[in-house]
Amino acid sequence: MATYTWPDMKNRKVIGQRLSRLDGIEKSSGKAKYSSDLMPDGLLHAVLLSSPHAHAIVRSIDTGAAEKMPGVKSIRVVAKAGTEVQWAGAEIAYVAATSEPAARDAARAIQVNYEVMPHFVKEDQIARAGNRAKAAGEQVTGDVDQGFKDAAAITEGEYAIPVITHCCLEPHGQMIEWKGEQINFYPSTQNVSGIGGDLARSLNVPASQIKVHMDHIGGGFGSKFPSDNWGKECANMSKDAGGAPVRMYLDRAQELTIAGVRPSHFAKIKVGAKADGTLTAWESTSWSTGGFTGGGMAPLPYVFTNMPNKRLNHTAVSINGGGARAWRAPNHPQASFLTCAALEDLAAKLNLDPIEVFSKNVQFTPRAETYIRQLKRAAVMIDWQKNWHPRGKGGNGSLKRGLGIGIATWGGLGHASRCLAKINADGTVEIMMGTQDLGTGTRTCIAQVVSETLGVPMNMVVVRIGDNSYPASGASGGSTTIGGISASSRKAAVEALDQLLDLVAPQLGVPKDQLQAVDSRISVKGNPDKAISWKAACQKLGPKSIEATGENNPKQPGGLINQGVGGIQMADVTVDIETGVVRMNKMVAVQDCGLIVNPKLAESQVNGACIMSICAALMEERIMDSVTGRVLNADMEFYKLAGVKDIGEIQVEMEIDEVNDKRGVIGLGEPCAVGGVAAIANAVANAIGVRVPSVPVTPDRVLSALYGNRMERMA
Amino acid sequence: MQNFEYANPGTLAEATALLGSTWSDAAILAGGTDLLSLMKDYRMTPKRVVNIKSIKGLDKVAKSGGGLAVGAAVTVDDFMENPAVRSEYPSLVQAAHGITSPQIRNMGTLGGDLCQRPRCWYFRNGHGLLGMANGKSLIDGGENRYHAIFPQGAAKFVSASSFAPALIALGAKLKISGKGGPREIALADFFVAPKSDTDREIALKPDEIVTEIMIPSAGGAKNATYEVRHRDALDWPLATASVVVKMKGNTVSSARIVMGHVGPTPVSADKAAAWLVGKAITAETAEAAGKAAVESAMPLSQNAYKVQLAKVAVKRALMMAAGLSV
Amino acid sequence: MSDHQDLKKQSVSRRGFVQGAGAVTGAAALLEQEAQAQPAGKVMGPAAMTITLNVNGKPLKVSVEPRETLLDTLRHKLEHTGAKRVCDRGTCGACTVIVNNKVSYACSMLALDAVGKKIQTIESLTANGKTHPIVPAFNNNDAQQCGYCTPGFVMAAKGFLDRNPNPTYEQVKDGLGGNLCRCGTYVGVRQAVLEAAKKLKA
Repeated sequence: MATYTWPDMKNRKVIGQRLSRLDGIEKSSGKAKYSSDLMPDGLLHAVLLSSPHAHAIVRSIDTGAAEKMPGVKSIRVVAKAGTEVQWAGAEIAYVAATSEPAARDAARAIQVNYEVMPHFVKEDQIARAGNRAKAAGEQVTGDVDQGFKDAAAITEGEYAIPVITHCCLEPHGQMIEWKGEQINFYPSTQNVSGIGGDLARSLNVPASQIKVHMDHIGGGFGSKFPSDNWGKECANMSKDAGGAPVRMYLDRAQELTIAGVRPSHFAKIKVGAKADGTLTAWESTSWSTGGFTGGGMAPLPYVFTNMPNKRLNHTAVSINGGGARAWRAPNHPQASFLTCAALEDLAAKLNLDPIEVFSKNVQFTPRAETYIRQLKRAAVMIDWQKNWHPRGKGGNGSLKRGLGIGIATWGGLGHASRCLAKINADGTVEIMMGTQDLGTGTRTCIAQVVSETLGVPMNMVVVRIGDNSYPASGASGGSTTIGGISASSRKAAVEALDQLLDLVAPQLGVPKDQLQAVDSRISVKGNPDKAISWKAACQKLGPKSIEATGENNPKQPGGLINQGVGGIQMADVTVDIETGVVRMNKMVAVQDCGLIVNPKLAESQVNGACIMSICAALMEERIMDSVTGRVLNADMEFYKLAGVKDIGEIQVEMEIDEVNDKRGVIGLGEPCAVGGVAAIANAVANAIGVRVPSVPVTPDRVLSALYGNRMERMA
Repeated sequence: MQNFEYANPGTLAEATALLGSTWSDAAILAGGTDLLSLMKDYRMTPKRVVNIKSIKGLDKVAKSGGGLAVGAAVTVDDFMENPAVRSEYPSLVQAAHGITSPQIRNMGTLGGDLCQRPRCWYFRNGHGLLGMANGKSLIDGGENRYHAIFPQGAAKFVSASSFAPALIALGAKLKISGKGGPREIALADFFVAPKSDTDREIALKPDEIVTEIMIPSAGGAKNATYEVRHRDALDWPLATASVVVKMKGNTVSSARIVMGHVGPTPVSADKAAAWLVGKAITAETAEAAGKAAVESAMPLSQNAYKVQLAKVAVKRALMMAAGLSV
Repeated sequence: MSDHQDLKKQSVSRRGFVQGAGAVTGAAALLEQEAQAQPAGKVMGPAAMTITLNVNGKPLKVSVEPRETLLDTLRHKLEHTGAKRVCDRGTCGACTVIVNNKVSYACSMLALDAVGKKIQTIESLTANGKTHPIVPAFNNNDAQQCGYCTPGFVMAAKGFLDRNPNPTYEQVKDGLGGNLCRCGTYVGVRQAVLEAAKKLKA
């Protein structure tokens, strides 16, 4: 039997190379077609009519006038009379027409009478939540009271991180056509192989009728797994219109209101430690919301899970807001912020360097050695020794500089994935897999694995993904894609090669297990002159092609992939204490990893995660209005993301070495997106000498933390 | 967007003839960066849109009476690159830099900057200029972090103009054309606090067009604009201050201080400016002038921090004008 | 049915490129004609009308209502889908095109307002077998992930380099202040623009 084991790090020629992405030129030339770019002849444009009320009962809905408007082809009512809508932006009806303006005109002509009900949209004060709050029950480990008695210092703090949205640049939606028995579905999805079945269930049709295709996705971040109600309704409208293609994408306000959020987290944290920084006790009372269905629960204390003496109370709060969806590393960034903020506050009280406190407590983490190594390395990269100072000792003048730490952990492994590899008689190789490229470079990584395995150049490998007619591969979530697809494509390529070796072994006169495929040749191991070229070998196939499949079974991952990484990020900021404005100087990320298929793409992911963390730490929050119940900043003007100039310098170090390499492939999407918010918030505290309890750390919050009630008088 | 008639007149007379007697009759299109958004959100639903960019002469910057005559359709980019502007009016160039998007600078016009509607999210979400629902102010007890610290009556939004504070400090006037003929108005009087949702925040009639901004010579006065902004990316200032200072030797002989993004109109700090006369500009006097400038501020529930920001903006603008580092 | 007629007309006009060789002079003449076809002061619409847009040097005929933006016209009717609709309110830059040599938000410009102007889209950067160096520079520096903001960034960068052939790092940051990315590709973007500047000089 063929072995799948990765070739040794030293002997690899393609895996581990800093190659540019295969579809990069397609993207940077604007030629890449996202499903939102498909404009076939006869296309109908659909729009969604949303509820303006946060909580209401639809008493009547009249589409009569709208139906008569020019160009209108189909109207589908979602919220029929009697429906209770639970958040502003909730789906009321869809209209499909020959043009988007025509559809919009008609949607506005739909008459809806609402009975407005009381709503609750702001969870910052738990006391106001009433029966909207559901306590999860107390969890106690050890003797918490004794733990606090043993402490040399105890800090108590309140910390908050708000609801943020995914803000995918390509909004949620699809182009879809229902022609006869077949539904052609062009979604924007993280779930190419699974979304067809999802739509089939909601339409109650056989899954075999649904053909899914998507070449590129314009951002998902965890929010694009299901086919959604808009998928179903647009399919129905296509059917109404005799199979005409129907295109519908949420407008920006809808995208920011109903297409998923990351839950907030509020916590009162009391933590105690010995004089040397060793943690003795933790007590936290936390609450969060993720929308109407409640909120997630951050794993507290984060990473330092094995510390003794903990008492945890968490409450989920339901609000009249659009629901949560998985958001890159669900619950981890919140947990990292809450924990690292509390730890740095404790370090300040103990008069210790936070690196010391973190280092002292890595014993309570699952990977002490990793974190110690990373803390040391990150400290060098950010020049901690030179630039760190005890809290509040940032010197004179209005500009204060500070450094901070954030910590991360994540699992990984690989989702279920099947891959079909085909070797053709002309030597070309085709790979087929029902996966998707979220922007991480999936196509490129597959091609690198196959190119390495077969010893052929990258340009001989054609990677076909994004179609549910290919062998199924899992949804891209939880950093499982690279594990799934690298294992399945490795196995498929090994199996295909094995068949080819069967053909050429007789000619080379050795058993096939003594053959290798390297440098476009099949040669005898240890005697590379005895060889046949790849092309000549493939010609032996005659009219046939070799087809082989490979599978990653998450229950039996084998040695190709692994899980469990840590990460340390540090931030260097300057705060203007007269204006409260925070500017990024630098961020560094030391990222634990396994075998890295493409370091260039891996670094991009970590760079991107740092930048997302800057957005979340300094700018992003969904702002709800308590009276109208609506999102006030459902736009890209006041839903603030960082720009090119807002990010300072970013330095990423992937911990690529032989030991890590031997662990196998481990996903990176989530772990690098965790620690940045904590690092930046802590850097601000270090700079200005006081904790800004809430992120994003905006000028008003900085000034309020510095001057409190004096702020009005100080002017 | 509600559909509309479109016209692209070549002369001012044609353009004004195409305007109506109410705001819903016609809207003026220049750069479009604000108007199109307002129309997409149905905040404005004019029956006709009159593009004024083809009107001859409206896109010119000319020397005039020692100062400058700036056509209303001059783009921000052309304006800030103009040598006369660069040499004499650093406060205007600094204000232009606050518009951090090259695309907006290329499309947006000076007239459009002055006539753009407020960014108040209650207004943009359909609750009118005063942000009312069921007879109550949504702003007072609501999300008012970006709102006025110098509210005027029920008007609590902030004027969005980037150039108005600097232009007012320089004593700029506007030329306006309408069916009733041309008129001139001091820019300081152009911005008004609306008393009702049907009022406008500028003293322009529905059938009028702002055609020219007349900027007097700085006459050797130092001028500067300082802006406090949250992000470097395209963002609205949290507070700005523009100052124009005439010096006699080392001391101030006259000064004007105008703050932006703190009230429904640009806010002149006349007492603070008068206090500076006869004094040298130092970090201390600039700080004191800043303090005086915000003395009468009346912040809302969430925006006391903007009082501090306005104070610092005044201080830093004065220091910049005096050539001190901030 | 009249709707059906509309649809047919639309899809015909979508293919209404001026065909054939020798189109240069013909095209120029047509553009000229079209510019004059908007007589001063004449009120047009609200019904749809046929206009000609000068897109990447080619005159394209298209039927639009006054309310249609240049962006939607390019995307929905002219098969130029490189520019993306993201914020649709003149903030994010994903729709960036170059109009009369200036980077502009196509979402904030009416199609009618673009008549008679020179419109360059991302598609022009790889037209006629020539590739502008900014395109490979984005790939070389991995200045893209999901890629949805990328065409807007590339056009903003192209317009910036046209004006600033010798940019400093700081100027690059300022020059791209009108665009936003969600995946966080700015590190690569900044490098890409500097690399393209070098290539353009070489």
